[in-house]
Amino acid sequence: MTYNIDDKGYYGKFGGAFIPEMLHANVEELKQQYISIMNEPSFQADFQNLLKDYVGRPTPLYFAKRLSEKYKAKIYLKREDLCHTGAHKVNNTIGQILMAQRLGKTRIIAETGAGQHGVATATVCALMGMECIVYMGAVDIKRQAPNVMRMKMLGAEVRPAESGSKTLKDATNEAIRDWISNPKETHYIIGSVVGPHPYPDMVAKFQSVISEEIKWQLQEKENTPNPDYVFACVGGGSNAAGAFYHYLDEPNVKLISVEAAGMGINSGESAATSVLGTLGIIHGSKTLLMQTEDGQIIEPYSISAGLDYPGIGPMHAHLIDSKRAQTFSVTDQEALDAALDLSRIEGIIPALETAHALHALSLIDFEPNDIVVLNLSGRGDKDLQTYISNYDL
Amino acid sequence: MNRIEKLFEEKKSSILNIYFTAGFPNLTDTVTIIKSLEENGVDLIELGIPYSDPLADGTTIQESGNIAIGNGMSLKVLFEQLKDLRKESQIPIILMGYLNQVMQFGVEKFIKKCKEVDIDGLILPDLPVDVYEAEFKSLISSNDLSISFLVTPQTSDERIEQIDANSSGFVYVVSDSSITGGKSGISSQQIEYFKRLNNKSWKNPRLIGFGISDAQTFNTACTYANGAIIGSAFIKALKKGGDDVTQTCKTFVESIRN
Ligand SMILES: Cc1ncc(COP(=O)(O)O)c(C=O)c1O
Repeated sequence: MTYNIDDKGYYGKFGGAFIPEMLHANVEELKQQYISIMNEPSFQADFQNLLKDYVGRPTPLYFAKRLSEKYKAKIYLKREDLCHTGAHKVNNTIGQILMAQRLGKTRIIAETGAGQHGVATATVCALMGMECIVYMGAVDIKRQAPNVMRMKMLGAEVRPAESGSKTLKDATNEAIRDWISNPKETHYIIGSVVGPHPYPDMVAKFQSVISEEIKWQLQEKENTPNPDYVFACVGGGSNAAGAFYHYLDEPNVKLISVEAAGMGINSGESAATSVLGTLGIIHGSKTLLMQTEDGQIIEPYSISAGLDYPGIGPMHAHLIDSKRAQTFSVTDQEALDAALDLSRIEGIIPALETAHALHALSLIDFEPNDIVVLNLSGRGDKDLQTYISNYDL
Repeated sequence: MNRIEKLFEEKKSSILNIYFTAGFPNLTDTVTIIKSLEENGVDLIELGIPYSDPLADGTTIQESGNIAIGNGMSLKVLFEQLKDLRKESQIPIILMGYLNQVMQFGVEKFIKKCKEVDIDGLILPDLPVDVYEAEFKSLISSNDLSISFLVTPQTSDERIEQIDANSSGFVYVVSDSSITGGKSGISSQQIEYFKRLNNKSWKNPRLIGFGISDAQTFNTACTYANGAIIGSAFIKALKKGGDDVTQTCKTFVESIRN
């Protein structure tokens, strides 16, 4: 069993490219070229330099002493929150903007939920002097206002998606429609390991720097590259894909993915795709998604805009289906509590998305010597408004 | 030979294909609209199965789909509505929908139902050719259904051959790089593209769709293909026309065929 992509663009039975003909030329071009471009020495040099000097990599692997005492295991936090722009998302946008340049594209579009991917895209577009248009659900524009301001300050145009639940799924639909209408000059920087092949694999490869670093950092600190557990939250699944990537074929490393249960898995207000999802097609990919019997996509819900997505990347669908990963669903309230907890015992205010993964630490009975790495995917600045209105401080 | 193939054998030009969303504006309008379009001289109907996330469609078709879903339309309901259609109407009908809906219904069951209600063809814009060959092709041909794949200005010559080879009935020529309901008018650049296509040899006849909205664009499209497909403009007329859909069909078709 392999957990990586096969030569047809599938993870097991998940993945593929289910796209209308209007997208075919662009997706095919990317598919033909992404591996060879990524392997060019000049691409690698540019990518590595920017990750180092611009993003601030490697990000620290921090031994969280008080968190470890609380959960009675050795808990390390992989500090993606310290990346430039405040989340792991920038690893991917740096890679994709370099890709877009080599494909001769001059106009960039992106979708965003929490606004982190939008900010990371607006940032690299500013850096490279490219036009940038970000689609964002009208609901998300309200709940992630600081990130909307940041995108504007960085020179991007933020276009509201007004259809459906006005969140990430709808922003993605609008971005795809834009790409159909502007096929020649435009590159679509997808923000997670979703969409038609080769996007899930390309984004996973750009994010794989996370587990590449964890390996040598853990070797230095614990004299082994492999932890017992890796925890990550899953919206589309890009930070989890990056944190899992180099451990996929290490069966002793348990992979824990954490999704948003919203008000509760069966409340009707949830984004718990691994439990509620069935096999279908969303945004060009065959994967698990929340849908009605008739195949209409169900509007998801989570307090966290970055996890408010009715699907899951095909890699994760395969990891769940093959039982390689274990999944937990965490509610809004549990995530809010976990965020406050980390702030108070480690002095780190996490993103709401990450807070879901933090709560899941309480759901496993660790052995005292277990080494646990939790991917701290982002910082909580963007969520202050939500935090403040939910805590009685 | 199904009704689509028969149509193209008998008629080579000015074929008018009208798209509308099943269950719009009201749930039970589907069959009424089919019959009035037929009575008013439409050649072919593309019946849209409403979908929550239609990636290739603009706001007009999206909204009609949302209303239809809200009205209670689904594949199950649609097949029920079409059950007795052939007693009253012989117009060729194509079902257009997104692959996920068909997957959830079940591919074999879907094809069987299409045959049962005597539908003639399919358009599934997000069905990749390799998946078509593996899961659909033999079922479709053994049930005498046609399937139309799409060609766009970006489609390579090599791929055009593949698309023509896999299509039956007709090939759907997307007029421009756009979603449905885009800008009106046909540019000289689009004409160049139509001419380029006409210089190739084809197995199938061709219909031009996307951005065809009135008599002028219809006639222009018909100069460069066997006919054309009108969708969003008709949905807009239905929306404006209110409950008398029969009258809307008559007025709309007359405005195109004047
Ligand atoms: C901080 C943070 N973590 C996680 C996510 C979820 O995305 P993914 O599952 O692709 O990592 C987001 C998305 O916006 C985010 O901003």
